[in-house]
Amino acid sequence: MIEFLQQLINGLGQGSIYALIALGYTMVYGVLRFINFAHGDVYMLGAFAGLYVAPWTLRLFGGGPSFAGAAAVLLLAMAVCAAAGVAIEWLCYRPLRHRPRLNVLITAIGVSLFLENAGQSVFGADPKSFPEIIADRALDLPASWGPFAMLTITVGQLLVVGVTLVLLVGLRHVVRRTRLGLAMRALAFNPGAASLMGVNNGVVIAFTFGLGSALAGAAGILTSIQQSSIDPLMGVNAGLKAFVAAVLGGIGSLPGAALGGVLIGLLEALVVGYISPTYRDPIVFAVLIVILLVKPTGLLGGTEREKV
Amino acid sequence: MRDRRLLLLAALVACGVGAHFAAGLNPYYYDVLVGVGINLILAASLNLVNGHTGQFSLGHAGFMAVGAYASAWLTLRAGGGSTLVFVLALLAGGAAAGLAGLAVGLPSLRLRGDYLAIVTLGFNEIIRGVIGNCEALGAQRGLGGMLRHTDLFWTFTGAILTVYVVTSLVGSTYGRGFLAVRDDEIAAEAVGIGTTKYKVLAFVVAAFFAGIAGGLYAHFKQYINPEGFNFFRSMDIVVMVILGGMGSTAGVCVAAALLTVLPEGLRWVSHLASLPAWLQHVAENRMILYSLLLIVLMLTRPQGLFGPRTARAHDRP
Amino acid sequence: MPPLPRLLAAALLLAAPAAPAQDTIKVGEFAALTGGIASFGQSSHKGTLLAIDELNAAGGVLGKKLALLTEDDQSLAGQPATIVRKLISQDHVVAILGEVASSKSLEAAPICQENHIPMISPASTNPKVTETGDYIFRVCFIDPFQGTVMAKFAASRGWKKVAVLTDVKQDYSMGLAQFFKAGVVQGGGEIVKEQSYSSGDKDFKPQLTSLKAAQPEAIFVPGYYAEVALIAKQARLLGIKAPLLGGDGWMGDSLLKVAGTALDGCYFSCHFSADDKAPAVQGFLASYRAKYGAEPDDMAALGYDSAMILAAAIKRAGTTDSAALRDALAATKDHPGVTGRITLDDKRNATKPAVILGVGQGGFHFVESVAP
Repeated sequence: MIEFLQQLINGLGQGSIYALIALGYTMVYGVLRFINFAHGDVYMLGAFAGLYVAPWTLRLFGGGPSFAGAAAVLLLAMAVCAAAGVAIEWLCYRPLRHRPRLNVLITAIGVSLFLENAGQSVFGADPKSFPEIIADRALDLPASWGPFAMLTITVGQLLVVGVTLVLLVGLRHVVRRTRLGLAMRALAFNPGAASLMGVNNGVVIAFTFGLGSALAGAAGILTSIQQSSIDPLMGVNAGLKAFVAAVLGGIGSLPGAALGGVLIGLLEALVVGYISPTYRDPIVFAVLIVILLVKPTGLLGGTEREKV
Repeated sequence: MRDRRLLLLAALVACGVGAHFAAGLNPYYYDVLVGVGINLILAASLNLVNGHTGQFSLGHAGFMAVGAYASAWLTLRAGGGSTLVFVLALLAGGAAAGLAGLAVGLPSLRLRGDYLAIVTLGFNEIIRGVIGNCEALGAQRGLGGMLRHTDLFWTFTGAILTVYVVTSLVGSTYGRGFLAVRDDEIAAEAVGIGTTKYKVLAFVVAAFFAGIAGGLYAHFKQYINPEGFNFFRSMDIVVMVILGGMGSTAGVCVAAALLTVLPEGLRWVSHLASLPAWLQHVAENRMILYSLLLIVLMLTRPQGLFGPRTARAHDRP
Repeated sequence: MPPLPRLLAAALLLAAPAAPAQDTIKVGEFAALTGGIASFGQSSHKGTLLAIDELNAAGGVLGKKLALLTEDDQSLAGQPATIVRKLISQDHVVAILGEVASSKSLEAAPICQENHIPMISPASTNPKVTETGDYIFRVCFIDPFQGTVMAKFAASRGWKKVAVLTDVKQDYSMGLAQFFKAGVVQGGGEIVKEQSYSSGDKDFKPQLTSLKAAQPEAIFVPGYYAEVALIAKQARLLGIKAPLLGGDGWMGDSLLKVAGTALDGCYFSCHFSADDKAPAVQGFLASYRAKYGAEPDDMAALGYDSAMILAAAIKRAGTTDSAALRDALAATKDHPGVTGRITLDDKRNATKPAVILGVGQGGFHFVESVAP
């Protein structure tokens, strides 16, 4: 029982990371209707941005690990990723705005390959040790919890879940309550009409990329706090799983992406813990396929009627 | 129709003669040429699904894996085997892959676009996962010991037959249905075209040839491993199809050949002693160049190298 | 010749590089310099390159300089076969060095065997690699030895209830685990739990949670340093206090940088100890640090030894003729390598002693040496 609960906690920690990355996939899909394959690599960029800014911020905040320092690293990495996201969109996707989506998809694959290989060339292929910006340790659970005090919850896990929740609430506020959010929703609904109503589509699309990429950057830092080893190919697997999560939740739906991420994280932990890690990926995909067959637009995806 | 058959015959004869004279070729070039042939089969067959029928499959390497493992297992059971055994094993591998294609094609009918893409990708991963857990197939350690049956003759015979079958299918009156499904599924359904039948048929035929390609690969490299049939391998084939201009068979074939030879060409450039050091260094990072080339090509020739000039009507602006 | 093939042949001739120079001995190397397993490939390449540079600085072999022709296989399946064909048929190399991963070596070995070009793998542990034929050699341990050594070590420390955490993507890891388990059972111990992961994983908490429940006294983790460091860290976070044991894959520059103090009190078998005063070891360490400014890992040491053993065999053979070179390689005996005194047995596998290193105080210390 304790082992089962522990696996759920493990899964939740990993799932929150997937959720943050999945949000970026789903937001871009919402406004542009295409899969940004380079998104997982933006997450990798976030981790490396953290690696490079951490020594500076740590010095600024007194040398040792601290919450203020970690927050600064997090925000800086998010800013770097937002800039990278906007730049990628502007350079590689914008010129193809009126072209078939498949072209943009191939361009995205090109960008992804470029980031991975340039990353190996610039950062080096071997894993890098991520500096300790927050001391990741197990929390001391009160003895009054009885058998549950045996559970291990780490600072990193708590932080990941907490930050993910905060970012989700913030994102919801942006989408629901701000003019840009309104414009995003209008664009997702009907780009032509939105444009006629005075929405500057270019600005809104750039904003969406920036926002999604910032979330991926946050995920990059949060992973690095827990796992402290980063490499240029870390975005491949995480990006793939997050993409699966976004589709599982219903691509285009923000709560769907978050839900999908957490579900994939939990499923992986349970398969690894109780069946075998060698079946992890096959089972994750099998579950995805079964769910899509029952509900072809994902768990929370709206049904899109195709018009003639 | 008659012309087409004559052309096929001529191509096969040319292939036989060419393969006969190429036997003495430098083994390195021979290896690259076989690679070209195998990629031709893969790209031309995927083109039926992604190009002509307008579906989006991201799991072609999975079918290739089924064919590779099935045929390798068969020839290994037969103790290496003669050419006849090899050809039969190839066909059996293709059939096994075709069955897998049926298994993927049927449930995929309810899905479209990106959902279909992820399901095919998922099947690719599942196929790899099953092989990776199967001790009889060497699991993660891979399977080796096959004899080298594959040569230029068999590879290009396979490629020519693939191109012939795909173009005949699409070019026939019957095959117009594929294009109808691609151009407007609802309209096609409305005029009485069984879109379901066409979609499944496209998947099965494409998977069959991918299986043949897998069998050829297994009996050329003499060692296969689940890692070799991953998502990136599938992606390679998709890139060939799109770069060649979805649906243009000639274009896709040229793109497949180009993309197979290009990395080797870059390898050659990186060893040119007369080049300045920085240029050699750039060429050494072939994948960086490859990815940049992909981006630039898509930006400057969005219709692919040989694609039709007009974009498809129903694509979102 | 009909016109088309003739044209083709002419084009190919044009593309071929200039004729091989006669004053150098060409050695081919294939390695994963980019792609998924590039960190291993780059390490072994650095070691190999260092050896070739040192040999040339000392005047080369048989009065000729060695030229190392390195090709990148991008960690991709299918590439090794193509590359090795190129190295043999176009560059006319006298021998091939590579690769780290067994899956890549297995693709290249049949081609080297067929062309009678000796191939030395620095680190492929799959038995099938050298079984391919009498031209294929390796300089690394084979799995039975290391696995058994660590099983005996665990027994000597009184750890009876042992768990195993294997990397299922690596033959090496699976092989070590298999012989470790057999050794433990033979020594009266018990395997209380087995778990596994795949190279490239970052989160091991689910596996470790399951291992923790079995309360092992020690955990055998025969993986590579990138994952082992994370496993150690996460194990300590989850409150697992049992020592971790491992093999030579642990040796790597980033192991302690990532793991910090999490590996204190853990042990692994390895090829050499930096404390070893043998000139081969100290010379290698000094020149590696000077050239690359980093600590060598086991891949670098094995890459270095593979090139040195080849050079020694060329010297003994007095020629680069393939059959003579093969015979000289097969006769390698007590070669004073970085990774121990290496003898190649009749199955063309290296036999050499292992050392067991302990981790503590931010470094490794020598515990014992085990002869084969």
